[in-house]
Amino acid sequence: MAEAVLALRGLTKRFGGLTATDGVTLDIAPGELHALIGPNGAGKTTLIHQISGALPPDEGSVAFGGREITRLAVHERVAAGLVRSFQVTNIFQRFSVLDNMALAVQAGSGSSMAFWRPVARETALFREAGELLARIGLADKAASAAAELAHGEQRQLEVGLALATRPKLLLLDEPLAGMGPEESERMVQLIAALARSCTILLVEHDMQAVFRLATRISVLVSGRIIASGAPDDVRRDTEVRRAYLGDEAPSALA
Amino acid sequence: MTALHHSLLPRVALPALALLIAFPPVMQAIDQPFYIVLATRILIFALAASSLNLLIGFGGMVSFGHAAFFGTGAYTVGILMVHGVDSAWIAWPAAVLASALAALLIGAISLHTRGVYFIMITLAFAQMIYYLFVSLKAYGGDDGLTLAGRSQVGFGVDLASDVVFYYVVLAIVALLLALLGRMVNARFGRALQAVRENETRAQAIGFPAYRYKLACFVLGGAVAGLAGVLIVNQNELASPNLLHWMQSGMLLIMVILGGVGFLYGGVLGALVLLLLEETLSEYTIHWQFGVGLILLAVVLFAPNGLLSLAQRRTPSARGASG
Repeated sequence: MAEAVLALRGLTKRFGGLTATDGVTLDIAPGELHALIGPNGAGKTTLIHQISGALPPDEGSVAFGGREITRLAVHERVAAGLVRSFQVTNIFQRFSVLDNMALAVQAGSGSSMAFWRPVARETALFREAGELLARIGLADKAASAAAELAHGEQRQLEVGLALATRPKLLLLDEPLAGMGPEESERMVQLIAALARSCTILLVEHDMQAVFRLATRISVLVSGRIIASGAPDDVRRDTEVRRAYLGDEAPSALA
Repeated sequence: MTALHHSLLPRVALPALALLIAFPPVMQAIDQPFYIVLATRILIFALAASSLNLLIGFGGMVSFGHAAFFGTGAYTVGILMVHGVDSAWIAWPAAVLASALAALLIGAISLHTRGVYFIMITLAFAQMIYYLFVSLKAYGGDDGLTLAGRSQVGFGVDLASDVVFYYVVLAIVALLLALLGRMVNARFGRALQAVRENETRAQAIGFPAYRYKLACFVLGGAVAGLAGVLIVNQNELASPNLLHWMQSGMLLIMVILGGVGFLYGGVLGALVLLLLEETLSEYTIHWQFGVGLILLAVVLFAPNGLLSLAQRRTPSARGASG
């Protein structure tokens, strides 16, 4: 395996008596679309928080591109190329869709300690924002307020904002949450397209989508990785089957 | 929808500036020099309120201690004058620097809190500074510090003349508002508005939110300090009232009245509030009662301030950003 883009070593996070992640060790190789699955309460979101920098781990380390980043702040990790999207849509609701994207492009292109030149005159910035909107399928919504978008479109914008910062590794936290079948299909296409340009760590409950998209799958149960490997191997893993029995989507594993 | 871009509205601002330039000779011609002094005071408070509006309306930081920086600027000029430094070229930059430094210290600590805690901690810091200056008997204590006169500018410019002082204040306020307008539309201003709108998201796309907020807090403090420099020259008195929490409250009322997050919100708020004070206090010493009623009406009928009324009437004025 090539050197890992992201290397987690023994990540442990406790909340009082609860151990949310319990010594998680995981390598994500360049170009992978790595899916992280697991039943509710397995610690997936806590793990994402520790990778993105929103929560400090109690023990263990995070390395990104060979560099130790365990203590870096969120924005410093983003600058390094480690970017997340949110499980609950988190966009600039009152701004236009184009402004949302332009802000993300701006954030990804150097310091904003510039006090004189109007951003409105930075045509390159808005051109890039427009291209990104086309890429995520929202070009015709550029002038709408983000709050006025349909749920699925907001989720597309959510992913688009992460994309605009030119990530090396994209953390997608349940991008399909709450979507109808048509919207889901559009999002799956979008993720498949994104996977061609960056490494992706996907947390998702929709097993059909996971098995369609992922090149590798890791299974998190009670804060531990119990299996990690190619989709077919994970599907056959007896421990995984036991963990999922009676839980969501056992049929997808069958 | 909220536009990120804020027009300087040259079609309104330039005629207003022309009127303000023509104002003193007209007042002298009709023998009403008092109004020149009043207009100077309004301009100074327009600057102070605009600096608070930068914090609240663009940075999302509701500070209840803005008088700390206003008063620090004023006292720095006063104290330097006591020690024989009466040159504006030394005292004014020193005062702005002192206010910026105070804002850096207070902001660096306060910005670790949010919402109501931020309001309380900024209020607490400002009151500490208030009591500090009240306790400095050498600099007037309770009574404040009376200046020997206005700062010396040289070059044949004599600030002792109310008309000359008016023009100096007008030039400074107009320049600062133009700079403020540039800034909110530059990268810094947009990043700041992104942080105000959604801090978690702003960080997740890579904006160092704390750093931008602190920079905004320091800039706002520095501009308030400059307004303090002007008010102490106007009054020829550095009064502890300038540092009192009621002064912070007054600036807050101006911003809310004019329109939080509107480029000229502070200007309009200062104009309306000080004119109300001036007119109503001619009739009754309970003028604040009248101001209270009017404030209530504004909050009920134009909760986003008076400028939101103008915006509603001319939807095109919102303008597409970009």
